[in-house]
Amino acid sequence: MTPDAIALVLLTVISAATPLLFAALGELVVEKSGVLNLGVEGMMILGAVAAFAVAVTTGSGSLGVLAGAAAGTALAFVFGVLTLTLAANQVATGLALTIFGLGLSSLIGAGYVGIPVSPLAKLAVPGVSDLPLIGPLIFGHDALVYLSIAAVAAVAWFLKKSRAGMILRAVGESDISAHSIGYDVIAVRYRAVLFGGAMAGLGGAFLSLSYTPLWAEGMTAGRGWIALALVVFASWRPWRLLAGAYLFGGVTIAQLYTQGAGGLGIPSQVMSMLPYLATILVLTIIAAGPWKGRLNAPACLGKPFRPST
Amino acid sequence: MSPRLAPLKIEARREIPRGLLYATPLLAVALTVVAGFFIFLAMGYDPFLSLYHFFVSPLLSFYGWSELMVKAAPLILIGVGLAVGFRANVWNIGAEGQLTVGAITGGVVALAVWGEEPVWILPVMCLAGIGGGMAYAAIPAFLKTRFGVNEILTSLMLTYVATLFLSTLVYGPLKDPMGFNFPQSRMFGDAALLPLLLEGTRLHLGTGIAVAIAVAGWVMMTFTIVGFQVRVLGQAPQAARFAGFSSTRIVWFCLLLSGGLAGLAGTFEVAGPIGQLIPSISPGYGFTAIIVAFLGRLHPLGIILSGLLMALSYIGGETAQVEVGLPQAVTGVFQGLLLFFLLASDFLVRYRLRFRPTVAAAASSQPAE
Repeated sequence: MTPDAIALVLLTVISAATPLLFAALGELVVEKSGVLNLGVEGMMILGAVAAFAVAVTTGSGSLGVLAGAAAGTALAFVFGVLTLTLAANQVATGLALTIFGLGLSSLIGAGYVGIPVSPLAKLAVPGVSDLPLIGPLIFGHDALVYLSIAAVAAVAWFLKKSRAGMILRAVGESDISAHSIGYDVIAVRYRAVLFGGAMAGLGGAFLSLSYTPLWAEGMTAGRGWIALALVVFASWRPWRLLAGAYLFGGVTIAQLYTQGAGGLGIPSQVMSMLPYLATILVLTIIAAGPWKGRLNAPACLGKPFRPST
Repeated sequence: MSPRLAPLKIEARREIPRGLLYATPLLAVALTVVAGFFIFLAMGYDPFLSLYHFFVSPLLSFYGWSELMVKAAPLILIGVGLAVGFRANVWNIGAEGQLTVGAITGGVVALAVWGEEPVWILPVMCLAGIGGGMAYAAIPAFLKTRFGVNEILTSLMLTYVATLFLSTLVYGPLKDPMGFNFPQSRMFGDAALLPLLLEGTRLHLGTGIAVAIAVAGWVMMTFTIVGFQVRVLGQAPQAARFAGFSSTRIVWFCLLLSGGLAGLAGTFEVAGPIGQLIPSISPGYGFTAIIVAFLGRLHPLGIILSGLLMALSYIGGETAQVEVGLPQAVTGVFQGLLLFFLLASDFLVRYRLRFRPTVAAAASSQPAE
């Protein structure tokens, strides 16, 4: 393989990983605050359609990205009202979010099927971008890819070093204690949930504006659920999440390339099963392994909390 | 006394009021209709006409009612199974996948004897469907009980795998050799099709069986020890452990039951309305059944009613598409909205809203307490 071909493969791995990274990083923060939002798939696809519709209508990719984040946030707000204010079951609400998001997105997107959109602009640094291998690999992405990696660093710093991050973790580990020493559990969780929605929306925006600059019904194809699995895989650690997302990006691309190469005689559908089967395998290894990664799960994950005033 | 002056006070209820428990689904439906009015208005459709075609006109003909039953059958079957699991906090989200596998296993039996018309074929197909669904649900059950893997994610991932597997089969080995290369199997023989209950409709034997199974589910949950164990495990896991109920056994039971019923629903679909294997067996029955289970209050008899209502959302969607030109996706939006409203109105079941007297009145009434 020439350096250019290697660079091309790695580039596609990165773009396959980026939507997963956005959505999973958002969910990681949500779960750290003790909330389980299973609606990632719904927020992601609503973000994808909103970003696409706005980008096509206004001609501006940046506005599209903002719209994607806003749509994800809006749906996350519904989740917040139901689970945080009204203390509804988080699992059921998350599923409702996914069903609603899939329905609303195909309703909105019905008029946008088959319409092309100009993909997000790639960064171009004169001189450096033309270097073999390193050039396209480090300097050849659109802004969202850099944003996703910067977000990993930011979230890692926030959770570990910042005061607000410490409070968020305290709320996730013991809501009652955090409440009793005067922190507003519900407010902290609202902020986390809204952040999670914005990140899922960004992941969706990346899908419809960069990864496959098209709108297709149900185009997230389970990525929101894979993002949820990635959080478990990473045992709630941001840098491990980055590794996990790129690993899954690799699985997706390997599967596409094998299909392209005639599939070694294997039907293409069987190859398409790979990311889903890999998710199950990875979840099992994490749960069964000696490292006990799931012991790292926030203690209050998924438990509703209502302050007794 | 709370420092806030808001006259509204929210208290957790000690007991769940029965009447309210069954009234909130109706409230949720009413709110969904109101929301639908505004959605149709915003989309530029006549809201009255759209609502009429969505909720009323499918019910004006006998044929409409029979179609309602046909669509409700898989929803009721799957919903009853899921509800048992949800009561025990076992979250099988992959019923759609188990339905697909049940359709495949049942369908393969029918295709294996294609050209002959054995009388025993239908019962064998049903058993194969149940077995297929159970076997597929056994994967998350095994991973959960053996390794502690979350069943939500595994069962859902397996749904995608099942759909792809069905597609592999109908594009490959099971493709009809005389089918002009369309991705579909041969039409099943007459003996492999569920008998119709009423001529001129698509109402098949499976709809009757679905209702019977819902009633059986009610008997099981109310009168048997296993139903009791399921309820205790969901409501008081520690009490269940103390009483020596095996949570492993309950997880297996819930997943096998819901998987088996979903598989049976899949066989009914291919042996009933569809009559062959095609790439897409279900318009999301396995996911809609989750809403059906909640809307029916996880109660098998309630699920019969909620199954009919959610079936209306499919048929209404189709009718409104034909009559008013509404996009089919409205169905999914309505289903999601309904679950939102139901979960929100549940708040009223679990909490009591009380209008407090004003601060002055509260102060004067203080000594009396």
